[in-house]
Amino acid sequence: MIRFEDVVKKFGDTTVLEGLSFAVERGERVTLIGPSGSGKTTILRLLMTLEHLTDGFIYVDGDPLTHELRGGKRVERRPKDVTRIRRRIGMVFQQFNLFPNMTVIDNITEAPVHVLGQSREEARQRAHALLDQVGLKHRAGAHPMELSGGQQQRVAIARALAMDPEVLLLDEVTSALDPELVNDVLEVLREVARTTDITMLIVTHEMQFARDVSNRVLMFDHGHILEEAAPDVMFTSPEHERTRQFLQAIL
Amino acid sequence: MSFDWEFALQILPDLLEAFVRITLLVTVVGSLTAAVLGLVWAIGLRSLPAWVGRPLSFVLDFIRMTPLPIQLLFVYYTFNNLSALSVGIIVIGVHYSTYMAESYRAGIESIRKGQWEAATALSLPPHRTWRAVILPQALRATLPSLGNWAIAMFKDTPFLIVIAVPELVTEAKEIGGRTFSYVEPFTLAGLIFLVASYPTAVLMRKLENRLAY
Ligand SMILES: Nc1ncnc2c1ncn2[C@@H]1O[C@H](COP(=O)(O)OP(=O)(O)OP(=O)(O)O)[C@@H](O)[C@H]1O
Ligand SMILES: [Mg+2]
Repeated sequence: MIRFEDVVKKFGDTTVLEGLSFAVERGERVTLIGPSGSGKTTILRLLMTLEHLTDGFIYVDGDPLTHELRGGKRVERRPKDVTRIRRRIGMVFQQFNLFPNMTVIDNITEAPVHVLGQSREEARQRAHALLDQVGLKHRAGAHPMELSGGQQQRVAIARALAMDPEVLLLDEVTSALDPELVNDVLEVLREVARTTDITMLIVTHEMQFARDVSNRVLMFDHGHILEEAAPDVMFTSPEHERTRQFLQAIL
Repeated sequence: MSFDWEFALQILPDLLEAFVRITLLVTVVGSLTAAVLGLVWAIGLRSLPAWVGRPLSFVLDFIRMTPLPIQLLFVYYTFNNLSALSVGIIVIGVHYSTYMAESYRAGIESIRKGQWEAATALSLPPHRTWRAVILPQALRATLPSLGNWAIAMFKDTPFLIVIAVPELVTEAKEIGGRTFSYVEPFTLAGLIFLVASYPTAVLMRKLENRLAY
């Protein structure tokens, strides 16, 4: 479903990713772990086209996302193509990033109406169903600022799901939340994982959650995959000392 | 030097007529022009490629940094098929659009990066990102300053005297020339400006509240 091929990402003179390659199968749930600055966020942001890819290729279902080979040369894809492919990917942010000028329901229906071309009625019905699913049926008319962080994040999840993404990117979606609000959000995501076959790339420090939902854990260090394993293996008997230290530090 | 109340009362209708028919007209149409053009400049500067954006930015700086009376005279004598009034409205509108563009720009820059990123993550097309996400938030921050520019423009309308548009102060000067009494017409003109500025400020405040969410 997702394939990184020799991906290079530089910010000015700092190289964050240097020839990273890995693949994620359709329906797979992959958790990315690793010390701060190891490049986890950068990987998700590249997939969401929020960062410019310095070199290499990213494929979504075999379709190159931002750059492709044409006549043996690496060229940028046309914005129209990028948009078409990007539409299959959704993202939930650490800071929620809801639109404060819109009500909850408008936040959710905006893209389905104006990107997918759904009728307003159709989009509203779906939005209400999604709000029900995230436990916020009664807050459809509220503005984001009237909601707690945990509620905002659940709206953000509903907003992403309303686009029917094939791939969902979750970047530390609970780390901006007060501890008592974390579980509601994780419970919603567990439910999504249980009831859909959406491919997920997850960056999280919630190891129990990672264990529950993911099929595979990738341990990153300085932009490279240090090791990968099924969650129970990774969290109980990692191969590398570095992974052991890292896990000890966060648990 | 004494103030002749009777004379003042006698010239008031003429002054008010000049005020309503010219000064207000120029201010309202000029402000709308400036508000629309300013927005166009601000969005353009952000979205256009550098080879168009740079020259545009230079032209805007140029207009902002040269005096309004010179621009009025220049346009008036260059395009002599245009009436003085249309030149006045266009020039004052364009002049103030360059200031308003700066205000819009500040408002747009005050929007957090996460808003743009959420719009990208939802694949919103640029026109929806601007219309539904960025501008409603940016305008809230920009509106008070647009109102201030509109009031500044209002107070700059007497410059239209240089191309002989019969606005309030031109009219006052004419009455003075006719009657050799300058105190009453100019005092009244000043008072009219003062009295009109206040409700404008109140109106702006109201509009601002309407945009709140
Ligand atoms: N916009 C940017 N400009 C410059 N450097 C950046 C930028 N974004 C990220 N970096 C650098 O890239 C490296 C990887 O950052 P990234 O955010 O991907 O790490 P991370 O694994 O998500 O870390 P954390 O666990 O702290 O979120 C870091 O060294 C960071 O300083
Ligand atoms: Mg990060």
